[in-house]
Amino acid sequence: MNPFPLKSVLTLLLTGALAMGTAHLAFADDDDDDDDDERGREKSSLFESRQALAPAVNATYSQECGSCHMAYPPGLLPPQAWAQIMTPEALANHYGDDASLSEELRTEISTFLGANAANVMLQMVPSGASNAGAASSLPRITESVDFKREHDEIPARLVTGNPEVGSFSQCNACHRKAAEGNYDERWIDIPGHGPWKD
Amino acid sequence: MKRHLATVLLSASTLILPATLWAADPAAGAAGWTKEYPQADGSAPRSCVTCHGRDLTQPGRQANTGKVIEPMAPSVNPQRLTDSAKIEKWLTRNCRWTLGRECTANEKADFIAYIKTQ
Ligand code: HEC
Ligand code: HEC
Ligand code: HEC
Repeated sequence: MNPFPLKSVLTLLLTGALAMGTAHLAFADDDDDDDDDERGREKSSLFESRQALAPAVNATYSQECGSCHMAYPPGLLPPQAWAQIMTPEALANHYGDDASLSEELRTEISTFLGANAANVMLQMVPSGASNAGAASSLPRITESVDFKREHDEIPARLVTGNPEVGSFSQCNACHRKAAEGNYDERWIDIPGHGPWKD
Repeated sequence: MKRHLATVLLSASTLILPATLWAADPAAGAAGWTKEYPQADGSAPRSCVTCHGRDLTQPGRQANTGKVIEPMAPSVNPQRLTDSAKIEKWLTRNCRWTLGRECTANEKADFIAYIKTQ
């Protein structure tokens, strides 16, 4: 009936296999893994990579995907995650909202995201029982292991319990220079709390 | 199914010439703006006010993300209602999210007629 599940499983398997080859570059546990890395000091985590955090440079993407929340850096999700997010069905049922696009815009943005996505497989945390619904099973930057590692010390009252933040998805609520791709601690200012000292 | 398609086609073509061809009714648009739609899952009822507020000359707030939405009233925000593709895109999304279905061509024309008066 619906050709999508099989197709996406295949895509996942395929991209998974492809990504294995490069995954060690970004997810090696020690910082000193610079053996045959041609680009020199590649950081150990996607979340420490300037390249991954760079803001989008596509006007259509920034406008269309920046109207309800900041336009997320394309480099923070792998290509198959963006592809999943960009299907017409997923856009019409987008994390509890409706982000549907004309076919023309959808194709343009999909192409851009595909070309600028993370070049490594993000280790997505398997979705738990609490977010098992079809709408909530879309991939999230905020569900990735890398993201959680950076943010695990921040208490919920400063995030979901904070009306000026709402959720971790609102990067720019705390990272005042997120739009410039700058997530440096110096520019963190959590509303109602202030700078972050750890 | 057929009727649904016809509505979509119709509304797509009429929106380019909004309001004027239809007997668009700003009062009906105003009533539609504040009409609340209860949610089956017990979450808060939804209306256009949920994100745009009651006073269209004031900024609104995207209910799901908290992002500020610039005022809808063309009198204070001349950018509004100047791009038919943008209007059509947002009416499709916002009607689906708020009413749980797409708006009819008449409903859309009424909303636009109302916003224009603000
Ligand atoms: C109509 C509003 C709207 C539009 C337009 C929109 N989004 Fe979203 N998006 C949301 C909401 C709501 C969430 C969930 C936020 C939350 O959980 O707090 C979300 C979440 C996301 C997330 C997950 C963030 C996380 O938690 O890691 C991604 C990725 C995303 N959107 C990508 C996109 C892309 C790509 C586009 C453009 C095609 C887009 N969005 C356009 C409303 C929107
Ligand atoms: C509630 C506020 C808050 C939100 C929302 C938030 N962050 Fe953070 N983020 C922090 C804090 C605080 C730290 C520092 C944590 C620490 O050092 O223990 C941090 C650290 C980081 C770092 C590491 C910075 C560095 O120089 O070490 C990155 C990258 C980052 N966040 C990206 C993001 C992205 C991308 C999003 C949105 C998807 C996001 N953050 C959402 C508060 C937030
Ligand atoms: C979930 C939040 C939300 C709800 C509810 C909502 N809107 Fe919107 N609407 C938006 C956002 C976000 C935009 C784009 C804002 C921008 O361009 O600054 C928008 C844009 C629009 C536009 C385009 C205006 C332009 O720039 O020309 C129209 C028209 C509109 N909405 C009408 C409505 C109507 C009518 C309803 C009620 C049926 C409604 N909206 C309910 C979030 C919402």
